[in-house]
Amino acid sequence: MAKHRGRGIASVNYPIGMNLGGDPSQALVHSNPSGKFTVSLSSIDLGQGMKSVTRQICAETLGVPVEDVYVDTADSDTGPHCMGSFASRGTHRVGNAVMAAAKEARGVMMEAAAEELEVNAADLDTDGRGNIHVKGAPHRSISTKDVAIAAQFKQGKTISGRGIFLVPLSEVNPETGEMSPATCYAHACLVAEVEVDDETGEVAMVRMDSAYELGRALNPRLVEQQLVGGAWMGISHALFETPEPYYPDPAHGPRDFVEYLMPGPGDICPHDIAVLERPAADGPFGAKGPGEMCANPVLPAVANAIFNAVGVRMDELPITPEKVLRAIKAQGGARPQARR
Amino acid sequence: MLELRKDIFADERDDNLKEIGKGTQRQDMLGHVTGTSTYFDDHKLQGMLHLKVLRSPHAHARLRRIDTMEAERAPGVRRIIRGADVPINLNTLLSLINFGKDDEPSLAVDKVRYKGEPIVAVVADSPREAYEALAKVRVDYEPLPAVFDVEEALKPGAPVVNETYPKNTFVYHDVYDHQKLRFGDVERGFAEADHVLEQRYQMSPIEHAPTETNGSIAAPDTNGRYVVYTSTQALFFSLDTCAKILDVPSNTFHFIGGTVGGGFGGKVDTLTEPLAILGAMLTGRPVRYQLGREEEMQFGSPRGAERIYIKDGVMRDGRIVARKIRAYFDSGAYTRLSSYAVVKCVAHLPGPYTIPNVHGDVYCVFTNRTPATAMRGFGVTAMDFALECQMDKLAHLVGIDPMEFRILNAYRDGDMKAHRREAKNTALIECVQVAAEKAKWPLREEVKRMSSRTDGGGSRAAISPTPREPVPQRAAVSQQRTTYDRAPAATVQPPPPAPPTPPPPRPQAPSPSHGATRFSSVFGTRRR
Repeated sequence: MAKHRGRGIASVNYPIGMNLGGDPSQALVHSNPSGKFTVSLSSIDLGQGMKSVTRQICAETLGVPVEDVYVDTADSDTGPHCMGSFASRGTHRVGNAVMAAAKEARGVMMEAAAEELEVNAADLDTDGRGNIHVKGAPHRSISTKDVAIAAQFKQGKTISGRGIFLVPLSEVNPETGEMSPATCYAHACLVAEVEVDDETGEVAMVRMDSAYELGRALNPRLVEQQLVGGAWMGISHALFETPEPYYPDPAHGPRDFVEYLMPGPGDICPHDIAVLERPAADGPFGAKGPGEMCANPVLPAVANAIFNAVGVRMDELPITPEKVLRAIKAQGGARPQARR
Repeated sequence: MLELRKDIFADERDDNLKEIGKGTQRQDMLGHVTGTSTYFDDHKLQGMLHLKVLRSPHAHARLRRIDTMEAERAPGVRRIIRGADVPINLNTLLSLINFGKDDEPSLAVDKVRYKGEPIVAVVADSPREAYEALAKVRVDYEPLPAVFDVEEALKPGAPVVNETYPKNTFVYHDVYDHQKLRFGDVERGFAEADHVLEQRYQMSPIEHAPTETNGSIAAPDTNGRYVVYTSTQALFFSLDTCAKILDVPSNTFHFIGGTVGGGFGGKVDTLTEPLAILGAMLTGRPVRYQLGREEEMQFGSPRGAERIYIKDGVMRDGRIVARKIRAYFDSGAYTRLSSYAVVKCVAHLPGPYTIPNVHGDVYCVFTNRTPATAMRGFGVTAMDFALECQMDKLAHLVGIDPMEFRILNAYRDGDMKAHRREAKNTALIECVQVAAEKAKWPLREEVKRMSSRTDGGGSRAAISPTPREPVPQRAAVSQQRTTYDRAPAATVQPPPPAPPTPPPPRPQAPSPSHGATRFSSVFGTRRR
């Protein structure tokens, strides 16, 4: 009886947004009289950071500091339509809508600034710190606050913008499955190292190394949170979770977190992540979406690592100690494969 | 630990940005870590009532009689809600995008199709009084044979789970019991292959397990409107679903949400809002309906199980030449969103690899279990598990390093994908190379030099001759009517269009096709 280590890999891609498109999202952006901006959405922040990533997109597009932007969501009386927060669509679809709305608002802001500075709007630029200046002449500048005051009370302009993003709906060929499912794809590869106890069938995670390609990491800390959390959801799917432990027999369903097992702090292992950025042609600043796909490579990587460790193929999820032990016994004992 | 590899694809990016790329602290961080963020359940309204539902103890049973007389007289009970009280007691979530037939009641009427299906709702002064009243509801069940296995459900003579789909499968394109993918000739590929490997994979259901369970609070507002605080993941999706079920204009509702305690796909189904609002409509009081943990785990719709068969043909040099897949999505008793995941899964085949011959048949199957719904990686997670376990077995079979095996077969810019669109903006090879580097997994120099941006296209952009299969005559498009439908006039279908003539043989060259034909996506103009 012994513990055996093994490594396994998996590589995946993932479509961004609702399959086949046809899933619009809208955004409204407006300035208050002192040059602070509000983004109005009906999109949901599930904890993934919707409010924060759209805030950064809006600030970057307007050319103002992120502190000058707040995101208000989700109120059906004030926020325009959004399909919802699912299908890894938030950053890509809502981000694009916010970008479009912020561009329109920026256009009005620059016109208003041009009128105050008595120059052509095309000659102006933002410094990202709350000022608008003549290109090549930073001393000829005006603050966004003064522009907003002037627009509101002197010029009678509304510094605001509307945005929508829609990937047109694709049809599906009934006979061949020909279709346009998505406009961009994220990518990942993950290496999992496990330790399998051939006496108990228990699988312990040793470490993970991964690379994720996400178009652009709009906020690397939010990306890290998604990838770390998502990988742990993947571990949990691979080794622990199901409401039907003897599927398709529906009996013995868990009713609470005592019966429904998930990894705890003691099950955590180091996870070293690399993020690659190959911008998507239609992503906001090239961004795709890390949300869903980060759990996917973990499941097969763990199964493949178990094979490498003890020589059994686990083709049914979740890979419980009972299943591992039965497989090892059926094989007549652990058969470690070549170390990788 | 996260490392940004800015050196890779640097020529495709402008990194001269001010706010983008910064690890700015979340706008809602302080609220979350100090416990002051407002969730739906933080609204305690004056005179708020509590709604609970009676759930079926049987997986499949006819409802002979429902007796609520004693429950109605129970202390604290304000209202009993039965199926007949729901204005349009039959819906399918994706009717919002005109996909599929209405097949699920808010409250069961003549039959229950899964253990835990709601039958009667009680609105009472307190949750305890609601539960006590539920215990006094007497239901006369006639248990029926149930089916739990997806392949058993497809056999002749299997119990019919859901009369809207009498063959226990969702119907695609009004004619097929599955979605097809045909690209090249897999049989020819298998004949040419040095090895053929066929395997079976199974994923069990998975619970979303959000910290905050599904719930909502609905309250009467002025002008006949209702304000609804909700944990939904999709505000307008839920709002429009409620407007349909309750048969009122969408601006009757003022939905407020946006801060949710974990969703992962389990808060799209609009499980609580219709009954909470109906409770408010019938009592004139605010009504709260939140699932308990056991309800959330057992009846709150999980990630559905999938059974997958993969047959691959591979050459000694590691090239995969044919991949044939048959997969069954266990939708449970109703469609919810599984029908859609099937199409997404078909689009995902054969994984991020360039394989000249691919054949897919994916089924959405009805069984007598809790309806499945979306979950993180919807339509893809289980298939990726199967595909990547299979890739590992193939690499082992031909004696090639599993990393190199993936790079060898990876799709590249300019390749033709099995759904007949050109691959662009690919980066699988680079991900494998970087992961290998991180894990100190040795790759040969020539493999390290390979790139997603080179050596794609050319012969890899071709579509191999694809055998044609007989095309069956399509039935007229129709939405099946059932006994649940108590407002026939409100759901009358437009006259069915003339049966379409069978499509002409598909040209072999890809023709990008956009536009709404089968899926006409319109909020607000749903079938009435």
